[in-house]
Amino acid sequence: MASRGGGRGRGRGQLTFNVEAVGIGKGDALPPPTLQPSPLFPPLEFRPVPLPSGEEGEYVLALKQELRGAMRQLPYFIRPAVPKRDVERYSDKYQMSGPIDNAIDWNPDWRRLPRELKIRVRKLQKERITILLPKRPPKTTEDKEETIQKLEKEEEVTSEEDEEKEEEEEKEEEEEEEYDEEEHEEETDYIMSYFDNGEDFGGDSDDNMDEAIY
Amino acid sequence: MTQAEIKLCSLLLQEHFGEIVEKIGVHLIRTGSQPLRVIAHDTGTSLDQVKKALCVLVQHNLVSYQVHKRGVVEYEAQCSRVLRMLRYPRYIYTTKTLYSDTGELIVEELLLNGKLTMSAVVKKVADRLTETMEDGKTMDYAEVSNTFVRLADTHFVQRCPSVPTTENSDPGPPPPAPTLVINEKDMYLVPKLSLIGKGKRRRSSDEDAAGEPKAKRPKYTTDNKEANLDRFHQHFRDQAIVSAVANRMDQTSSEIVRTMLRMSEITTSSSAPFTQPLSSNEIFRSLPVGYNISKQVLDQYLTLLADDPLEFVGKSGDSGGGMYVINLHKALASLATATLESVVQERFGSRCARIFRLVLQKKHIEQKQVEDFAMIPAKEAKDMLYKMLSENFMSLQEIPKTPDHAPSRTFYLYTVNILSAARMLLHRCYKSIANLIERRQFETKENKRLLEKSQRVEAIIASMQATGAEEAQLQEIEEMITAPERQQLETLKRNVNKLDASEIQVDETIFLLESYIECTMKRQ
Repeated sequence: MASRGGGRGRGRGQLTFNVEAVGIGKGDALPPPTLQPSPLFPPLEFRPVPLPSGEEGEYVLALKQELRGAMRQLPYFIRPAVPKRDVERYSDKYQMSGPIDNAIDWNPDWRRLPRELKIRVRKLQKERITILLPKRPPKTTEDKEETIQKLEKEEEVTSEEDEEKEEEEEKEEEEEEEYDEEEHEEETDYIMSYFDNGEDFGGDSDDNMDEAIY
Repeated sequence: MTQAEIKLCSLLLQEHFGEIVEKIGVHLIRTGSQPLRVIAHDTGTSLDQVKKALCVLVQHNLVSYQVHKRGVVEYEAQCSRVLRMLRYPRYIYTTKTLYSDTGELIVEELLLNGKLTMSAVVKKVADRLTETMEDGKTMDYAEVSNTFVRLADTHFVQRCPSVPTTENSDPGPPPPAPTLVINEKDMYLVPKLSLIGKGKRRRSSDEDAAGEPKAKRPKYTTDNKEANLDRFHQHFRDQAIVSAVANRMDQTSSEIVRTMLRMSEITTSSSAPFTQPLSSNEIFRSLPVGYNISKQVLDQYLTLLADDPLEFVGKSGDSGGGMYVINLHKALASLATATLESVVQERFGSRCARIFRLVLQKKHIEQKQVEDFAMIPAKEAKDMLYKMLSENFMSLQEIPKTPDHAPSRTFYLYTVNILSAARMLLHRCYKSIANLIERRQFETKENKRLLEKSQRVEAIIASMQATGAEEAQLQEIEEMITAPERQQLETLKRNVNKLDASEIQVDETIFLLESYIECTMKRQ
């Protein structure tokens, strides 16, 4: 304890070991103390050796870049879903964002994976860039189907498997509805999901007969 | 796992599989083995996204799972396997040199998809080859299958562990996760695949070919194959040894060593310290056809190799004209030491390298003696020693003269601990590759707008050429990219190529150092 402060005050540059053994002679100038972190890109004393060039090097390089590009196109590359912004923008259509639903595009061997990892495999979607007119009549029926399904879901006491099935079906419906919404948005200014065709109105109040129907 | 390794894994996963997989993968590497719900909770991602990511990771052998008691399945990431992704181009190129384009595509498909069944691989490769061939010609499935079988015979492709088939059907509920087993003997079996047909039009050719009974329909195989990375590493190691011998001695001795290694490819396991003893007569018989050296000359070469101080080849007996082994561990140690020496030389200069080699040779040496032996003035020698000491290439060993360890009465000896220096260098390599990848991504992001523009212009030109446009129109479109922009693109391309080539180069160093560290740890 007593020597701790003493060592600092007694002689400047006193170290715990014999300085001569390491090679610093008496009276030699010590290098200046470092007062700042070392520079980010210190100047190199020796230039690095050139990279291997030649047929093999170039082939492997091209292969590497090709692999990188190829892996981005495979179904294993999962793009995160772009979060829904406050306003739908025109550029959203052209952005490559991931699908929002929970399915994978490739078919793994489910026997080799734990059961808990099983996810729906998305079937190959046919091209959805169809003309608007033929889509209109089926759309209303799809709407009706979906609302009926929603009602059914509310009323039934379902087991897990049934729920899963319905979720899948609903998601498929949702998918189709999403695409339809996009196509319809081109011609109307109104957001389709706000559209209420009045079918829910009568159904909801069927449960409670006490209230008067206006 | 060190921070540098985790950072590198994160960059690799993000580049190849996207951000969601990267988040899950890095979390697993950091925290070890975890069940599904804990992963979802800790990373804050939805359960479905976690399931998606885990499916991808397990498919590519980056994550393994284990069933614990009470049916809980825990997932564990293999950090070293993620780092192998850097080496994919090298694996594919090696297969190309050994088995030409067909083999190259087979290994490429296996690496890109993790694991595949044999029939799926054969079909994909044949389709790809058919696309590149001239019109009218198609790739025969049988040829691709043959190459596949050859790859399996030399152990470059192996079977994945599969679900064991139980004889009696278990009436109880199926286990939450299969326990995959693989029999050592079955690792390289290939199913008898009778795929008939060529190229894309396989199905139609089955029906077209009259007289073929329906029973000959191609059987689809169900067991998965994957690329055997250990075998590739063995091959790389052999290549490194052969080229080292060629550099040190001459071409003929390297051919002899190559023959010896080839003969012990399958008989020696990859982690053995030395190969099986080979008699000089066997070696003489197995030399490649072009080399007609006499038995005496061969014996002389073998004696020379065995007497060499590097000790790549050792003599283990006298029967059969002399029994010789290749000391794999010693060879790897020499290669790692040579790597260290060359790093010191390139970083600090040739005088430093001389001091480094001196300390390596003398094992422990005092500072005064360094100046005398290396014949370098004292001041410079001191400076260089401290520089290397501060960069952890060397270490100090204290030998006290008195029991109280007084500094004035202690010997300080400089020594090089190859294992720890190799580890330090390996860590630096990981950091440098991470820096290279980040810089490349930064460069690409900076010029993203310009890259997209050039891609669009190329697409326009391609479509116009397809519809037959005139020269003047094409010229006009090409001028959409101005001259300074073109120069910028050229610079970008050059930089990205340089960064990529550096990554490949650093990966070679990583391979040598990792092999050395692995074999030394096994020995202990």
